[in-house]
Amino acid sequence: MNLPAMKRQMPHGDQVIDETDRRIIIATQAGLPVTKRPYHDLALQLGLEANEVMARMQKMIQDGVIRRIGVVPNHYALGYTANAMSVWDVPDEKITELGERVGQLDFVSHCYQRPRHLPSWPFNLFAMVHGKSTAAVEEKIREIENVLGEDNRGNALLYSKRILKKTGLRLT
Amino acid sequence: MNEINKRLLNEFQRDFPLSAAPYADIATKLGITEHEVIDRLKELNQSGAISRIGAVFKPKRIGASTLAAMAVPVDQLEAIADLVSSYEAVNHNYEREHRLNLWFVATAPDSESLDSVLNDIEQNTGLTVVRLPMVEDYHIDLGFNLKFEDPLS
Repeated sequence: MNLPAMKRQMPHGDQVIDETDRRIIIATQAGLPVTKRPYHDLALQLGLEANEVMARMQKMIQDGVIRRIGVVPNHYALGYTANAMSVWDVPDEKITELGERVGQLDFVSHCYQRPRHLPSWPFNLFAMVHGKSTAAVEEKIREIENVLGEDNRGNALLYSKRILKKTGLRLT
Repeated sequence: MNEINKRLLNEFQRDFPLSAAPYADIATKLGITEHEVIDRLKELNQSGAISRIGAVFKPKRIGASTLAAMAVPVDQLEAIADLVSSYEAVNHNYEREHRLNLWFVATAPDSESLDSVLNDIEQNTGLTVVRLPMVEDYHIDLGFNLKFEDPLS
């Protein structure tokens, strides 16, 4: 497939990816081939050289577009069936320091600052916690409580009841 | 689960080789053959233990996205959840135990099209979509440490 040689500038973030990077992302988002020469197979499919595919992926890692390349385990299938979104109300002036400490905990898979929606939603720090049981998750929540100490002005724990839809990143 | 499979799941969540024969490189590290690595990964893929082998993208670097939440009356939950899931822009949709009981992530090529999806959902449901975009990411993502033996993990 021949795409026009235009460079589509991607919004958000300081780096941009071009059309070829975009095609590599689309071709790999369902996963790399599990074959002897996966990047060669990918290159063949895209009409590129394998070296170019690898170099571009390396550059996307350096630029922070790709966070990591690797095996993505299915936590749920591996017994991590309890997942809870823990949300915390912490002082704005300390959120960076506290967020970084919570984000380092090895059972936290995502840790973000998000805006409050007052009055009903006072929480500004989100940490996704995974465990093999609700007891395990609650144990982890106590660890986060310990990290936050008096800066924890309120929190809530939202267990997932049902996964209604889950797909990977889709670029079209 | 045997030791080699545990190591395949835990030790290669990042720094997957960007080399001509990555599975051969992994084989060398594990002291098994390339053929065995490929067979085991295919098996773990088929059994569902692995979602995929590939790139994990940094949020907010590609397009625009937000976490969003809605307080849906229980008797309408099924229908509204289906409606929300039917949008191509919605890639995660969870029912959670809270007054805000429907939580989803919407992604679009730019913030204007993201807004129009969320406005459309509001119009079609008559409910407010609370928008909770990421302000800052504090997680240093090194993968997730799977603890195979510890029941309290």
